[in-house]
Amino acid sequence: MFARKTALAVALLAATAFAGTASAKTFVHCSEGSPEGFDPALYTAGTTFDASSNSVYNRLVEFEVGTTNIDPGLAESWEVSDDGLEYTFKLRQGVKFHSTDYFTPTRDFNADDVVFSFMRQLKKDHAWHQYTAGTAWEYFNGMSMPDLLKSVEKVDDYTVKFVLNRPEAPMIANLGMDFASIVSKEYADKLAADGKMEDLNQKPIGTGAFKFVAYQKDAVIRYKAHDDYWEGRPKIDDLVFAITTDPSVRHQRLKAGECHFNPYPNPADLDAIRNDPDLQLPEQEGLNVGYLAYNTKVAPFDNAKVRKALNMAVNKQAILDAVFQGAGKAAKNPIPPTIWSYNDAIEDDPYDPDAAKKMLEEAGVTDLKMKIWAMPVQRPYNPNARRMAEVIQSDFAKIGVEVEIVSYEWGEYLKRSKDVDRDGAVLLGWTGDNGDPDNFLAVLLGCDGVGGSNRAQWCNKEFEDLIQKAKVTSDVAERTRLYEEAQVVFKREAPWATIAHSVVFKAMRKEVEGFKIHPFGSHIFKYVDLK
Amino acid sequence: MLAFLLRRIGLLIPTFIGVTIAAFGFIRLLPGDPVLLMAGERGLTPERHAELLKQFGFDRPIYEQYFDYLVGVLQGDLGNSLVTKKPVFEEFFTLFPATLELSICAIIFAIALGLPAGIIAAVKRGSVFDHSVMSTALVGYSMPIFWLGLLFIMLFSGLLGWTPVSGRISLLYFFEPVTGLMTVDAFLSGQPGAVRSALSHLILPTIVLGTIPMAVIARQTRSAMLEVLGEDYVRTAKAKGLPPVRVIGLHALRNALIPVITTIGLQVGVLLAGAILTETIFSWPGIGKWIVDSISRRDYPSVQGGLLMIAVIVMLVNLTVDVLYGLVNPRIRHQR
Amino acid sequence: MADVAVSSSVNVKRAVLAEFWYYFRENTGAVIGLWFFVLLVLVAIGADIVAPHEPNLQYRDSLLVPPVWQEGGQWRFLLGTDAVGRDVLSRLIHGSRFSLFIGCVVVSIALSGGILLGLIAGYFRGFVDTFIMRVMDVILSFPSLLLALVLVAVLGPGLVNAMNAIGIVLLPHFVRLTRASVMAEREKEYVVAARVAGAGRLRLMFMTILPNCLAPLIVQATLAFSTAILDVAALGFLGQGAQPPTPEWGTLLAEAREFMLRAWWVVTFPGLAILTTVLAINLIGDGLRDALDPKLKRS
Repeated sequence: MFARKTALAVALLAATAFAGTASAKTFVHCSEGSPEGFDPALYTAGTTFDASSNSVYNRLVEFEVGTTNIDPGLAESWEVSDDGLEYTFKLRQGVKFHSTDYFTPTRDFNADDVVFSFMRQLKKDHAWHQYTAGTAWEYFNGMSMPDLLKSVEKVDDYTVKFVLNRPEAPMIANLGMDFASIVSKEYADKLAADGKMEDLNQKPIGTGAFKFVAYQKDAVIRYKAHDDYWEGRPKIDDLVFAITTDPSVRHQRLKAGECHFNPYPNPADLDAIRNDPDLQLPEQEGLNVGYLAYNTKVAPFDNAKVRKALNMAVNKQAILDAVFQGAGKAAKNPIPPTIWSYNDAIEDDPYDPDAAKKMLEEAGVTDLKMKIWAMPVQRPYNPNARRMAEVIQSDFAKIGVEVEIVSYEWGEYLKRSKDVDRDGAVLLGWTGDNGDPDNFLAVLLGCDGVGGSNRAQWCNKEFEDLIQKAKVTSDVAERTRLYEEAQVVFKREAPWATIAHSVVFKAMRKEVEGFKIHPFGSHIFKYVDLK
Repeated sequence: MLAFLLRRIGLLIPTFIGVTIAAFGFIRLLPGDPVLLMAGERGLTPERHAELLKQFGFDRPIYEQYFDYLVGVLQGDLGNSLVTKKPVFEEFFTLFPATLELSICAIIFAIALGLPAGIIAAVKRGSVFDHSVMSTALVGYSMPIFWLGLLFIMLFSGLLGWTPVSGRISLLYFFEPVTGLMTVDAFLSGQPGAVRSALSHLILPTIVLGTIPMAVIARQTRSAMLEVLGEDYVRTAKAKGLPPVRVIGLHALRNALIPVITTIGLQVGVLLAGAILTETIFSWPGIGKWIVDSISRRDYPSVQGGLLMIAVIVMLVNLTVDVLYGLVNPRIRHQR
Repeated sequence: MADVAVSSSVNVKRAVLAEFWYYFRENTGAVIGLWFFVLLVLVAIGADIVAPHEPNLQYRDSLLVPPVWQEGGQWRFLLGTDAVGRDVLSRLIHGSRFSLFIGCVVVSIALSGGILLGLIAGYFRGFVDTFIMRVMDVILSFPSLLLALVLVAVLGPGLVNAMNAIGIVLLPHFVRLTRASVMAEREKEYVVAARVAGAGRLRLMFMTILPNCLAPLIVQATLAFSTAILDVAALGFLGQGAQPPTPEWGTLLAEAREFMLRAWWVVTFPGLAILTTVLAINLIGDGLRDALDPKLKRS
């Protein structure tokens, strides 16, 4: 009897809730997968970030939607000490956390929340460091924050000081990343008192534009507009993530009007979407680069002239047609054009097999045999590495270079490709984390990365000096100049053949307004409206 | 009877241990270092790698890992998903109602069509009806259901727009799950149109998943009926001048149903296998789709737990069918 | 003397075959199935000659051409082309090779393994028997497709592994059948006679007992053949079976899925090919069962 009563009560509640929202603006996002959880600091997947950091949370600084530029977020302003070791943030006042049926905040956002959000990741003995099974703080660690961050201190209720172990200019950009989302300390304290710490990852409370309502596993996530949102209440009332993993089904649902937004349309459907009067299809280059990294430690690839010759033999247009099928742009620099400091003045190597052949002969290289490694998995920067390798194989055959294509299982591939004495050139790529050029240039081409993420095993003094200098300079204009110069060095030395940047397409209904493609691949709906 | 029951359960124990070894063994043999795969292009330091291996327990001898696993399983602990970090047991039961609902509907569909068709075909043996039922059943039995599902979506959702594309209920409706069965919850919610919406989402997956069981049941019912109809006591009953309905309904059917019930019980395995395909096609948030997704995400513990739970369910259903069979058929009970 | 014995045994065999054929022919469906199957085998063997195009040749100027009878169809592509301009008909024809090959390999694995294990279990009994049968119980506790799926994930996606996995999954049926027959036969007089006459174990198992258990095994093998084609196609559909661009039918379906709403033909024909092939084999299986099963034969 009791069970029946509760059921009825729930039903009634739901019915009233439903009646209230019937005329409301509901935006349905056909998301591509289920979130792993709702505490973004625990995860690395974009799908999870869309459902958590991009909807529910804010950060001290925010990326301007659609660019890699940094705007104030929960911090109104910040100062960097002259030695580059201390960052002092002035926090925004009057920011409200979500009030839901499972938590009612009694105070506004303040410095305690900031300190808590970072210290739980930094300090191994923090009560929340291991609050749920398998907590690894993957991104925090991946961005080397434990080495970088000395402490996060509260100066007063609305001032926070970050102390670093060494100067690091990309620090500000790091604080705009998903793992740096600010959670409520008051909520965490309550959960700890109730013995329900797990809930921090299941029922999030943040300051973001949308508050969490419910999640039905693998099916639907529901959010409501946060009425007191500090940037102003979002124009839509309800945000719904309808989890639809199958791309053809997503397309079908979009067409049928069951959802407004399809984040990853099928390449096969692009034409149909363009021609459909009810749909629109904005596009932008993704924050990624796909490349072929020579091993610059092994002869004859230690000779820049050989590498340059091979680069000139790669027919990028053929790759774009065969592998990307229109969803790619040829890459000339190691960073994508959406990142600031992209050097557009650089000329790409021309596709010229005859000249390439001549250059090889000049370098004294004949009858060259080489291996090309093809990744076994699909990635945005390389949707089909095998096919890409085949195209390059036939290109190289034209200049008399014989290519053998090899592949390994993905984990093995990542590991073996790091070997300094690796045999062969590797197809791989990178998707940016914080939109900072350092995140590409230092990670992928810096001397520290040799034997690791620097698959070309390339350590060039001139290049290294430039990026190291840029890393400790906080002046953006100066950094831009240094990175532009670094790209010139890169182009001259040619440790990679830069292949392509993916082009991302977003399919949506005509009535959707105010959506901007974000270079980080995240989907942000706070400014979206429905006509 | 108790002895019979105990013997049956006793037989299950070695099988259960075998199943745990299999579930554990397969997954531990999956290629690829899980920690490296999690890190992706970003990579991680050897220290961090070792730390994570230790954290997940991948660094200890395999038999220790198995023993821990077995002890955990007996306490209902299937480990935590590598992806969501939530207990696999909990994940399984969050999704299980969706699969259960679909399976129940499919089996009802299969029985409702297959059983009468089989009976009538047997009674009217050699008639046009018999031939068409048997041909249809054979086609159904040979059906690649993943293709049938695609055809249905193409036809009914795409071309005609009669049924929704995927999901369990229209997004307009929202209520807290009570039973986890969407149709029941929709009914309890009292929201107008909710039940209708849930049912319209169920139709296509139900037919697709029910096709093979329906064919099997129809064929099995027919041959069981034919066998019984040829028995002496039925002939006697006929000879006594009992009306045909009574002969078929009372004497023949009751005896013919015994093997049919066994067949229906055995369809549970077929349904769960079919759920893998059906749920994948219709984006139905159930166990089958979860396992397929978990395999591609290399979420070891989830695949392991799902495999084990499904095997246990199949074993329990088989046990129930066995016992039921023993109850109605004393000869079996006293065998061996 | 010896000649007479040989010819009489040949005669007996011929008589058995004739009787079998007599009953088989009664079943129209089975005969149709058989003809279709023969046709399929011929097509598969002569795929290079029959198929109008190379299966992997891409006509870049003719993408997603509809079948010939539909508006926009071309005579050179009878069943249309797929998204990269490959001829659907040619891919289906070449795909038939894979399906038949898959059926043969899987049945060989399951049949030979099953017979061996079944003979051992049924002949030796005791611990060996218990062990083998418990392992089979374990295999049977998993729904077949699920087990195959996980096995393939373990072994790595691909056609060979998919066939191995399905072969293992189908094993228990053969083991159980063989074991049951062996246990029924081993105490019969002719076996005892052979043993008394000094026949060795192997000879007893394979030459004396086995031939008398063959009928149900043949029927089961036919069923396994169709199951194998269906399940490998299902694995291919889930992306775990044969890998593109192999024109295996299930893989064709998986590739075609994204074009479902734009090009019905790339989805419809591969499925139809699977259905008709499996149907034909099941028809043959039904016919075989009726012809070989003496109990049903007379009723």
